[in-house]
Amino acid sequence: MSATAPMLEFDAARPRRRERAIADLLGGLVRWRLAWALARSDVTNRYRGSVLGPLWLTLSTGVMILGLGLLYSTLFRMDVREYLPWLAVSLIVWNLIAAVIGDACVALTSAEAVIRQVPLPHSVHGLRATVRNLLIAAHNLPLIAVVMAIFGVAPRLGIVLLPAGLFLVALNSFAASMLLGMVCARFRDIGPIVGSVMQLAFFMTPVIWKPELLGALAPLQLLNPFYTVMETVRAPLIEAAVDWRVWASALGWTAAHCALAFAFFVRFRGRVAFWV
Amino acid sequence: MAEIRVEELSIEFPLYHLGARSLKKRLLAATPLRLRTDDANRVVVAALRDLSFAIGHGERVALIGHNGAGKTTLLRTLAGVYEPVAGRLSVRGEIGSLIDPQAGMDPVATGRENIMLRGLYRGMSEAESLRLAQEVAEFAGLAEFLDVPVRTYSSGMAVRLSFAMATAMEPEVLLMDEWLSAGDAEFLARAEARLGQLVRDAEILVMASHNMEIVRHWCTRAIRLEAGRIVADGPVEEVLAG
Repeated sequence: MSATAPMLEFDAARPRRRERAIADLLGGLVRWRLAWALARSDVTNRYRGSVLGPLWLTLSTGVMILGLGLLYSTLFRMDVREYLPWLAVSLIVWNLIAAVIGDACVALTSAEAVIRQVPLPHSVHGLRATVRNLLIAAHNLPLIAVVMAIFGVAPRLGIVLLPAGLFLVALNSFAASMLLGMVCARFRDIGPIVGSVMQLAFFMTPVIWKPELLGALAPLQLLNPFYTVMETVRAPLIEAAVDWRVWASALGWTAAHCALAFAFFVRFRGRVAFWV
Repeated sequence: MAEIRVEELSIEFPLYHLGARSLKKRLLAATPLRLRTDDANRVVVAALRDLSFAIGHGERVALIGHNGAGKTTLLRTLAGVYEPVAGRLSVRGEIGSLIDPQAGMDPVATGRENIMLRGLYRGMSEAESLRLAQEVAEFAGLAEFLDVPVRTYSSGMAVRLSFAMATAMEPEVLLMDEWLSAGDAEFLARAEARLGQLVRDAEILVMASHNMEIVRHWCTRAIRLEAGRIVADGPVEEVLAG
């Protein structure tokens, strides 16, 4: 064999953790086709044998939007033609974020059988969770189109920022899958805690209520990562103005999130196989 | 040239999800062999302790020892699944692992989908995966059942598929947990021939086994593990006699 034969090397005295973590991330990206195939089968398996399949999600989101839209436009005394399209986009984006965070907690533990048998980059499982949630969320896209068509809301120029917003969400999803995936594998109590935090976050974040209702306190929402990251997707779809403060906050939070996840990954990557 | 080098290697399994406190009390009472508390006061199982050995080109090594001696853990460590807590490990050469042939199988997907998935797990390109699918299909002989979900297979059929997928490779370092055998009389003969070929083609074989006949037949060297330590290492007959 040539000198370039593949080599597995490990020295506990010099673990070279950062190098290995970067190699793991690159290895995961190289295997994007595996992550894609696994994510796709996750989605089809979840709905195998059901007639409407993932369109059930679309349907239930649609019913939810209709119900909440009619109720809250009355409660908040808002024009339903203005409120409902906003709510539709809002709920769909929030559902994506909530699903991403919830799924992140089991991103590694659900792949336990593979992690303990097959030497794969762990980042493959994070990518898989991210792609899975984006695929599921994509089923709601027609809903946005339908609502916008019914209420005659045309997309504005801001829509060019939509890919950037979606990229931020995807990046956060990947970071959360690795960070929460590891933490939840080690401490099994974290999952339920994250669940209740997300429930609280749903009410504290302007999802069903508009941020303007806070009045003078509205700028405080700029400190809310859920709000600003969500807004990077919601605003391009439905609102006119591009608020640079929102983007600055979202970018800042995302950078901090990724840095924290990376630091954790560098330190504890080698322990994951023992934790799951 | 394929080569495995292991120096002072240790693996410890932390036991997180059980009543560590009550267990600790018991650990204090008895003097346990492998359960202990580490510096951070966690209960850990010393799965492998201070192993050193080197395996060179052409060697056929059997890992023998009782259940729980650390054979599978050592194989998984050599495969790169577990990172050692101490010591050095280097494996040169492409690794093929037959530790769990079922790993990564999706019961809801069809046989063919599973083969393509296995190709992706191994980092194959589309074309290579298709070749793999063809080869596996031929060998497993499942005919039209290849396009039916795996969970509807009889256990014999499932074993055929996983055997065919697992053995469709040409590794330089072959890691195997127990000699695989599969299927009815007709398939068994073919499986034997194929596994024999795989073993002969590999530059290094490391196999954990309880079957001494197989060890005598295929291996040139044996390493006996006991409670995570190497207690004997040498030619098969010597180790088995000792």
